[in-house]
Amino acid sequence: MSKPKSAYSIPGKKQKNDTHVIVVWVDNEAGVLARVVGLFSGRGYNIESLAVAEVDPKLNISRITIVTTGTPQVIEQIKLQLGKLVPVHKVADFMRGDKKIIFKEMALLKIVGNNVKRKKAIKFCKKFHPVVLDKTNKSVVIQITALRREIDTIMNDLKKTGLVSVSRTGAVAMTRGAEVFK
Amino acid sequence: MSKLYSGAEIVFKCLEDQDVEYIFGYPGGAVLPIYDELKNHESIKHILVRHEQGAGHAAEGYARSSGKPGVVLVTSGPGATNAVTALTDAYMDSIPLVCISGQVPTHLIGTDAFQECDTTGITRPCTKHNWLVKDVKDLSKIMHKAFEVATTGRPGPVLVDIPKDIQFQKTKYVSSIKRKKLNGKIHNKFNQSEIDQLVKLMVNSSRPILYTGGGVINSGPKASELLRELVSLTGFPITSTLQGLGSYPGDDNQFLGMLGMHGTYEANNAMHDCDLMINIGARFDDRITGKIDEFSPKSKKVHIDIDPSSINKNVKVDLPIVGDVSEVMLSVIKTLKKKNSNFASSNKEKTSKWWEKISEWRSVNSLNFINSDKTIKPQHAIQRLYELTKDKDTYITTEVGQHQMWAAQHYKFNKPNRWMTSGGLGTMGYGLPAAVGVQIAHPDKLVVDIAGEASVLMTIQEMSTAVQYNLPIKIFILNNEYMGMVRQWQELLHEKNYSESYTAALPDFVKLAEAYGCVGIRAKTPDELDEKIKEMINVNKPVIFDCLVDKEENCFPMIPSGKPHNQMLLGPNDQKENKITGKGKTLV
Repeated sequence: MSKPKSAYSIPGKKQKNDTHVIVVWVDNEAGVLARVVGLFSGRGYNIESLAVAEVDPKLNISRITIVTTGTPQVIEQIKLQLGKLVPVHKVADFMRGDKKIIFKEMALLKIVGNNVKRKKAIKFCKKFHPVVLDKTNKSVVIQITALRREIDTIMNDLKKTGLVSVSRTGAVAMTRGAEVFK
Repeated sequence: MSKLYSGAEIVFKCLEDQDVEYIFGYPGGAVLPIYDELKNHESIKHILVRHEQGAGHAAEGYARSSGKPGVVLVTSGPGATNAVTALTDAYMDSIPLVCISGQVPTHLIGTDAFQECDTTGITRPCTKHNWLVKDVKDLSKIMHKAFEVATTGRPGPVLVDIPKDIQFQKTKYVSSIKRKKLNGKIHNKFNQSEIDQLVKLMVNSSRPILYTGGGVINSGPKASELLRELVSLTGFPITSTLQGLGSYPGDDNQFLGMLGMHGTYEANNAMHDCDLMINIGARFDDRITGKIDEFSPKSKKVHIDIDPSSINKNVKVDLPIVGDVSEVMLSVIKTLKKKNSNFASSNKEKTSKWWEKISEWRSVNSLNFINSDKTIKPQHAIQRLYELTKDKDTYITTEVGQHQMWAAQHYKFNKPNRWMTSGGLGTMGYGLPAAVGVQIAHPDKLVVDIAGEASVLMTIQEMSTAVQYNLPIKIFILNNEYMGMVRQWQELLHEKNYSESYTAALPDFVKLAEAYGCVGIRAKTPDELDEKIKEMINVNKPVIFDCLVDKEENCFPMIPSGKPHNQMLLGPNDQKENKITGKGKTLV
């Protein structure tokens, strides 16, 4: 065994990482996003994507959707630590791949190229109901809504058709059916 | 129309509503309106410190020894940044503090104004919550909420940042409205079935141990009483963390002493070999668990804590119970009495082998040291201090390092709130200002800061505060001229390369005491120690006691980093260690 030269213990066994989508309902007040994001960076948790907007202007509630990876223990900690923040009302945690949950992400894709390439690009996106938001004789801006992984794939496919710029919202989530998370 | 009050007046009205008696602070430009208002509020006394960190630690000492929240008042910029160490310390050790900081006027925020800093940004990770007051109408509500957040659930520090213009503006005052719960954050979630499960585990256990922490102290004096009742009812052995000392009598036979890195041999081995571990208000800190993978491998673990995020953070437990430890213990005691009225006697037989094992470990006498009649051994100094002060209801604070561990090992506490030490953050310089705060809360009690010469120099300026307010605190310095714990690690882990751990130009502490207007006493030999300690106790003035101790004494026993509990290093005089543990002799 190597000689530990520190006053701290050596790290134990590593568990497997899972991807989770954490949804947090917060008071929409100054600094609340910094509190949530600061908690993640301060405790060494990972953020893959983050989407936030006010959802209830009357009650002043914002909904933050965070995609994160971590061991089951870390995910549990994230939820409990978030729950301790004063402006946080509730915290939901969905495992990626959970059939009861809808995950969606929107992307804007700018293609620059000749007519053939632009047509090809739109064809690639067909599966995700592409909406053409802007077009010139050199370029086209396509809006698609899809899963995170699907957008990753399509970005790869579109490289050869002249993809020059991508903007993504980060995933948002909602439960299927009549149920509402309480 | 109701009367209008300025922001500064509202601050004091809130403090009065919250029954605040003392604030620890330091004035400056951005809090002058609040300081101007001070003279109109006789029930609130201001203690002027010499550095804002001192204000924070003094408020911590006040809070810990009195059970009331400590209040700190500092100015913007450097005033606030100086308080950060104390806020972080309070956050780590769950001490209720309300820090009020001045801020530059609203229209200057964000312009890099003189003495401006992003106070709420800087203190966000070291407070439970903080507020920047942007509208004077929100001030009274925020102030009351600040006290509520600081003192409910797991206590901790909060900060209210008040721009100077808000302190001048006028509005109506809203007195505190008591609410039942805080934004859905319920603190007692446990139910009877969890208590029943726990009782069942207790009845079935043949090698149980209670592992208690600062949560018992934070839950109030009643928790300590309930703990004593629970221990006598069950006959279980009990060990305590550094922060939990005092919640159970240190000289009782069922008490195994402190556990952890410098805990006793019996406590750590009992933790390792138990079949049921009941954690009451402790948090499985890394100084307690050692190597996590080999931490108490054969036990069922129960964790009682008010903070749900403490559960399963470091150690996975079998039965988590979220709740105030007083209420949980009360339920456990009630259930035990109802179901098994003669539990203790029926349990005696079941745990008799376990107690035999514990006696075996105890016989190692792991806190033993080789005493000397030429130089004062630091352990001996603390034992003598204990013997000479134990009948006085003494309050002890410490700095951080070897002296702190020796104090924890050799000073026996019988009551809660008598032991104030920086555990989580490990802040050198904590003890002296903390002693100031303790003495403020308990003017007639004996307050001793067991200190190291390196730590105490970090906040020595607060002696001036002690003199100003006639606080007869006793600074008992175990002077070995080294940063002792650093030196010890360097000896054991870094091939005796004593890099920068020796202080070559120390002040003459006796003259230093005189310079501050207090009394300096020096003890050089074991013969004169008792006399000098008595002299210190009898002086009704602040005292700096310079106790010259063995320079190379190490603090044992010790669990080296990365090792489990049953692989402790015992003192140098213990030749039997190999026989005792089999694998216990692992020198790092």
